[in-house]
Amino acid sequence: MLRYVRRRLAMLLGIVFVISVGSFYLIHLLPGDPAAVILGTGDTPANRALLYRQLGLNRPLVDQYFIWLGHILHGNFGISFISQTSVWSTIRAALPIDLELIVLSQILAFAIAIPLAMRSARKPDGILDRILGAGSFTLLSIPPFIVIVLLVLIVSIKLGVSNTGPSSYVSLGSDWVVNLESLSLPALTLAIGSFVIYYRVLRSDLIATLQEEFITVARSKGLTRRRIMWIHAFRPSSVALLGTAGVNIGGLLASGFVVEYLLAIPGLGYTLIAAINNSDYLLVQGIVLVVSVGVVVINFLFDFVVNLVDPRISRE
Amino acid sequence: MSEMTRPATETETTEFTTPPSRSLGWLFWVCVGWLGLNVLGAIFASVLPLPDPLYQNYMAINASPSLHHLLGTDDLGRDIFSRIVFGSRVSIAVGVGSMIIGFGIGAPLGMLAAYRRGRLDAILTTAMYVFLAFPAIVAVIAVLSFWTPRALAKIILVIGLASVPLVYRVIRTATMAVATKDYVVAAKVQGATDRRILVRELLPNIAPVGISFLLVGIATVVTLEGALAFLGLSVNPPTPSWGNMINESRTVMSQNPWLVLFPSLAMCLFLLCLNFIGDRLRSHFDVTEVKL
Amino acid sequence: MSLLDVQNLSVTLHTPHGDLPAVADVSLSVGAEETLGIVGESGSGKTMLARSIMGLLPRARASASGSVKLKGVEMVGARASDLRRLWATEVAMIFQDPMTALNPVMRVGRQIDETLRVRLGLSRSAARARAIELLEMVGIPSPEKRYAAYPGQLSGGMRQRVVIAMALAASPSLILADEPTTGLDVTIQAQILNLLDELQARLHTSMILITHDLGVVATRTSHLAVMYAGRIVETGTTRDVFARHRMPYTRALLESSPRVSNPAHTRLTAIPGRPPNLLRLGEGCAFAPRCGFASERCHRERPELSVPDESSHAFACFNPLEVGR
Repeated sequence: MLRYVRRRLAMLLGIVFVISVGSFYLIHLLPGDPAAVILGTGDTPANRALLYRQLGLNRPLVDQYFIWLGHILHGNFGISFISQTSVWSTIRAALPIDLELIVLSQILAFAIAIPLAMRSARKPDGILDRILGAGSFTLLSIPPFIVIVLLVLIVSIKLGVSNTGPSSYVSLGSDWVVNLESLSLPALTLAIGSFVIYYRVLRSDLIATLQEEFITVARSKGLTRRRIMWIHAFRPSSVALLGTAGVNIGGLLASGFVVEYLLAIPGLGYTLIAAINNSDYLLVQGIVLVVSVGVVVINFLFDFVVNLVDPRISRE
Repeated sequence: MSEMTRPATETETTEFTTPPSRSLGWLFWVCVGWLGLNVLGAIFASVLPLPDPLYQNYMAINASPSLHHLLGTDDLGRDIFSRIVFGSRVSIAVGVGSMIIGFGIGAPLGMLAAYRRGRLDAILTTAMYVFLAFPAIVAVIAVLSFWTPRALAKIILVIGLASVPLVYRVIRTATMAVATKDYVVAAKVQGATDRRILVRELLPNIAPVGISFLLVGIATVVTLEGALAFLGLSVNPPTPSWGNMINESRTVMSQNPWLVLFPSLAMCLFLLCLNFIGDRLRSHFDVTEVKL
Repeated sequence: MSLLDVQNLSVTLHTPHGDLPAVADVSLSVGAEETLGIVGESGSGKTMLARSIMGLLPRARASASGSVKLKGVEMVGARASDLRRLWATEVAMIFQDPMTALNPVMRVGRQIDETLRVRLGLSRSAARARAIELLEMVGIPSPEKRYAAYPGQLSGGMRQRVVIAMALAASPSLILADEPTTGLDVTIQAQILNLLDELQARLHTSMILITHDLGVVATRTSHLAVMYAGRIVETGTTRDVFARHRMPYTRALLESSPRVSNPAHTRLTAIPGRPPNLLRLGEGCAFAPRCGFASERCHRERPELSVPDESSHAFACFNPLEVGR
């Protein structure tokens, strides 16, 4: 177990290293003068001189990387030449909104997916299973940006439910009820996307598990069906579910960008798109770095949990 | 007896319980037909008797569906039906183009790694897994955001390259399952050349997995392009694409909901057909589920 | 009254290819502290019979008729909740394959004390103590340590001992042992069988021992039933069946398994052909196509299981072998 964790941790560091190189090098992959790209509309001689001093742009690339990395490790993501504010403080203000959105949506998705998958797997090809199968398959083919647009169209425009439309976001600290209302449609959108995947993965694994001999053994002990489903079938079937959930978080961020963009919720996605439209390179770079590392770390954590659930994995 | 229903695991009866082979079903062919129609429409859009998708008719703004404008017009008086047909070009080009790049690089590497194993496999697989851990969507957004001006070819290239590790993983896994089969070993023992084994023995056997993954892959890429367009990171307006049609319409959603609904419907049907065909083929060839 | 009384039990499996008569018209009984052996090739319906007696076959896929009475309680058609009350405490099963019979993500101790806690209502600590006792009883060294092990950390023989401990946990009156040694090495097979013998004598339980190996049942059972194509084709005391078998199939089985009583280098004969496809059974005796003694009648008509004399030795054959051959 310990050896497994150590190996995964080494891999995690490797990946974070690659991400940092990628984020740093991004600017040099693109055509044109890096300084011009970074400065954007703030390209004044004074700024240019400042930037050259900050990033050591006249030094070799490898040196530049380590200068940059040193800044990042000290939490110094630079000061945007566009908005004149610290990149890190902008990110820190936006990040909690994404986390809240993800947590809400995942609670919702698991709360729907697990009981439904349990019901489906008990009678594969039964009526409920067929309806859910067709329904989840259809939902799988509806992109999140269409889901959110349709939800806004129906719920906030046609039904006129308050605080659900664009620009109704209020921070959790100032009014948590309105905050939840304003995040309900985005969370629902992300939850639908996750639910579909979780339901399908868990259902097929449960069906496979229920065919295992140890389930018959459990029945022969005279256990109730409920106990067999939850104690004996659920845990061995949840490995792929957790793995999928870990990977899904990455996709969730992209969907999150879309819903934030549509509803003007000032999370990382909204900030990122705004930064792109303002050609605010340093801010984009910072967000990409934070989001990428975040996704990798979340994946790692899920891997770890999967290990706790199924002792077979780390032994391989 | 218990009321629990589950297939028996009784080893003694397994030879009787193999399910009868399933036909593809009529819905499969409906989907194939719909996709065919979409592709034909995209290819021949400019010779079809359609109104110019960019022509702004100020006499007919936000018109409802009619004989003149099959699906109505948008807030600038442009014909929605025509824009949807022309818009499908972007989705189909990005979907097919980037998968050609993804499979063109990922599939041969995956097959070779699984067949040769050893050092080549170890290096390639480690590298690919590192890239897989990298959130591809964020990377794609990052590159496209500063690689201006945005053009179709750049989008195809970036998404295509980003899909290489996924294709590699799927094809490698599928090849590994086949490469140890007796007939492949037999061919090897008989002294068949590597090229012959790869092309004649392995390729036909992994083709079903490859094709169904290809379809699901195209669907994923079309969704991704739609999301990029929705965020304003795909082809620049006024060139129509399904994603930017939905994006542009959101400001006038309350006045003209058709503007959102029609391109959304076109996109969802297209994706549904792709996913359905992929899924059907997969269960038809009875290959294990490959998750994207 | 016997402990277990099975009368005319028939089970039909509903498969995608049609209905399959997995068990046909089986009657048998097991008395207190008795051991009944059931032998037959793989595919003869032994496992199906065991699961039918337990009532473990899923209702949607199998329908049973006839009667299975355990201590006078009818089990065929009983409600699921009534069956659950009998399982583990009255009748328990030792499963074939220790590799698949244990839940891979549950500590073995918990799998044993689950029965104790859920069915017997023992407290957590009492169940734990009893589970460790059981592990010790089935011959697992350092049981406290093994209690917390996952099945993957144990060898096949150890796992089968755990499976046995699980079956014994609630002290059932009857144990159905379904090929309890099939997946194990030969040396371990003997250990496990001897353990079963010893435990049975110590706990005063009855047992049905199912196997394809006549050598296994010869010394361990008092009665024997030979199965073919879902039916019992010969049954009697173990001594009678071995010494005075009348059914050609029984002889074929005997000749295909090595016996200590045979002189060294006796040639073993394999039974020609394969067990029949139960979906396509003909009119006559199911063994007729593979039988050297089959007459025209055998192909036309099925012989009933009958007792020709005063003994309890029954067989189903039109052309029985001479006694003493």
